[in-house]
This record gives sequence, C-alpha cells and structure tokens, in this order.
Amino acid sequence: MSDPAAQDPSRPNPFRTNPTSRDRSTHDLVEDLARSLTPVRRLAGPGRRTLVWSGAVLTVGLLLVPMSDVSGLRARLGVPDLHWAALGAILTALAAALAAFQSSVPGRSPAWSLLPLPPLVLWLGASGLGCLRGWLAPAANLAEPEEMRGCFVFLMGVSLPLSVLLVLMLRRACPLRPNLTAALGGLAAAAAAAALLVPFHPHDATATDLLVHLVAVLLVVGLNGLFGGRLLDGTAGPRSRPGEAGL
Amino acid sequence: MAVRATALSGEVSLSAAMQAAQAGDAAAYRDLLRDCVPVISAMARARGVQGAALDDVVQDTLLTVHRARATYDPARPFLPWLRAIAQRRAIDALRRKGRRPQEVHDPLAYEARADPGPLPGDDAERRARATVLAAAVAHLPDGQREAIEHIALRELSLEEASTLTGRTKGALKVNFHRGLKALRVSLSSRKEDTDV
Repeated sequence: MSDPAAQDPSRPNPFRTNPTSRDRSTHDLVEDLARSLTPVRRLAGPGRRTLVWSGAVLTVGLLLVPMSDVSGLRARLGVPDLHWAALGAILTALAAALAAFQSSVPGRSPAWSLLPLPPLVLWLGASGLGCLRGWLAPAANLAEPEEMRGCFVFLMGVSLPLSVLLVLMLRRACPLRPNLTAALGGLAAAAAAAALLVPFHPHDATATDLLVHLVAVLLVVGLNGLFGGRLLDGTAGPRSRPGEAGL
Repeated sequence: MAVRATALSGEVSLSAAMQAAQAGDAAAYRDLLRDCVPVISAMARARGVQGAALDDVVQDTLLTVHRARATYDPARPFLPWLRAIAQRRAIDALRRKGRRPQEVHDPLAYEARADPGPLPGDDAERRARATVLAAAVAHLPDGQREAIEHIALRELSLEEASTLTGRTKGALKVNFHRGLKALRVSLSSRKEDTDV
C-alpha cells in the first residue's frame, strides 16, 4: 500500500503495470515474445485432423488389398463375433485418434480420453467370444505358431508407420499431457493395424491369437507412450526464449 | 449481472487479441500477454504455487502460449485455453519442487534448513489480517470503498471499474487515492495501538 508507484491508477491496473525488479524478467520476456511474433496458420480442428490420418490408414489398406484373402474374408465376416471384433477395432482406431488430437489442444475436456473405451470393450469382448468358440468347437481352424508370428510382425510393421505419422501430426499441436496423448496415438495405430489385419487373418480367433494381438497392442501403446511422449514433450514445454534454440 | 457482462467483454477482447496475434499483430500480442500475466499468476497461486516459483510458472506459461498460439480456436473462449496451459505449468513447477533433493545426511544442514511450509500461526494471522483489512475497508465512505474494492482488491482496470460502478474514471481515481490515504491512517493507528 505504501509503494508510491502502486498508487497511480491512471494506468489500467496499478498492480501490474509498474513492474518491480522481480517482474522485470517477465516484462522482458513479453517484449521478446512480441518482437519475435510471426503470423501462424491456425491448426485444423481435431475432427478434421482425424479424418486426414484415417485417410492415410485407408491408403495403407488399399495398398495391401492385392495381398489380401478377399474370399476368406467374406466367409470370416459372416461369423458374428469376428464381424464385431473388426468393427470394434475400426471404431477404436477412429475414437483413439480423435481423443489423441483432442488431448493435444489445450483447454479441451480430459473426458475425450475416455472416448476409445466403449469400442475397445467391443473389440476385446468380441475377440474374447472368439476364444470361447475355439474352446466349444475344438475342430475350428486354429492358428499355427508360424501364423502367429506373421500376425505379430504384421501388427508391429503396420503400427510403426501409422504411429510415426500420428506423432508427427500431434507434434504440430501442443499436447500438455504428452504421455497420455502418445499412448492414445499408440492405441489408434495398433487398433488400425488390427483392423487392417482382418483381411489377412487366415484363421479364427483363439486365446493364443487374442494374446498375441493384446501383446502387440500393449507393446505399441507402451512404446508410443515412452518414446512418443518424449518426442511430444519438447513441443509443449519450451524452456528457452525466442532467439535461442527451441523456438 | 454487471460483473458477468464485464467478464464476458474481457473474454471477448482477449479472444480478439489472440486472433490478431495469430495474424501477426505484435502490439495486440504484447497487450494480451501483459493482461495474461496477473491471470496466470492467480491461476498458479490457486494451484498452490508460491514465491519465486510463481514467476517461473508465469514465464513457462507465456512461452507455452507463444508456442501453442496456432492451436487457439477463436470460436472458443480464450480463458479455458489459457487456464489449461497455466495449470499444467503450475503442476510441472510443483513436481520439480517435489523432486529437488534435500540434504538429510548432514545433521547440521538438515537441522538448519528452513521449513518452506507455513508456520502454525500463519493461517490464523493471515485470517486476522484479512479481517482487519475488511473491517477498515468497510468503514470507508461508499465511493472510496467501491474504488478500493474494484481497483485494488479485484484488480479491475479503471475502465472496467467505471463501467461497473457508473462513476467517471476521474472520480474513481480521486476516491482511490482518498481511500488509500484513509486506510493508511486507520491501519497505522491500529498498528500503533497493538504495538504498545
């Protein structure tokens, strides 16, 4: 109250326009930031960016069509639980990608992160039903260990480029929770890879099959959370001023 | 109702300033960042950040605002966008503080370390001070009380206070000065009474 500088109300706010020495660096920072300002192109909304990424997934799917087993696919999609599992994987991929893009924009509701849960339950639940069927009808077409390895390699091989693309797109925004955003991105990539695997899957779902898928998905989500989180962390937490490295 | 209208117009002007900043208007951007400083400070304080860490949070938030300015959508309000960034930076600061190593193997250093937490009587003392100040402000004449409440305690600008109270800026300035003077007299006489 006794600071004479703080008593002049001719400025808009007497307590913030007369900086003390402690505020000096903040004022310098504001000046630095204003001086280094350049026009920016506004980032497209999360929905639109999800569509762009889904377009990339679709392109990968179309490139793989010549190698797929289309006649077998028609027969397999006739089985209700495989049908639902494929739908669940597609919806999980879309929902997780949308949640990742939403979480990369400050101020969006954290509840978006829960969006992939219902389709994830559908995906895992339908796959689990497939396992039950395997136990009830042991004569069903079971997978060989060799095929399991193929599935695993396919899931990892397709997830990787999709994850990289998603992380690159997410880096353009400002994820305040980088690990969560990267993990959601990993789930989206893994679910998309699992959806793309459906036309190549030569056998019905079994417990081992589900386990292989689950391990692959968890691995992709974990790797994304670990490495993608670090990649995204640098985008939201700059510790340097304009003119120094990082901006 | 009037407070709500002021807050709304503040929100609209902040949003417009950010939109101008996205287009490269440095003057609007400078004003926006200056206006954001007390808001960020209040948000960080509400999260429990204190002392020198408060300045770190303000500066980290400003840097993040600069980095993330392309993500702001003018169709949405500005303050929730800013709050999300400020709260995250405040949490980061609190985590950094929690991780800082403290000497426990050197008995002298351990014993001599000042406890950063509040002392047992601090809370009661702060409440007592607030009560005394509130009583002193309540005893002011209406015009002076309004000026002190709006300009000093709520940190409104003269324009905002003028809109809210219906008084001219000149009248507010005069009342503000008179109010401060009256408070200084009443509080210092009270202090002398208690010191004896």
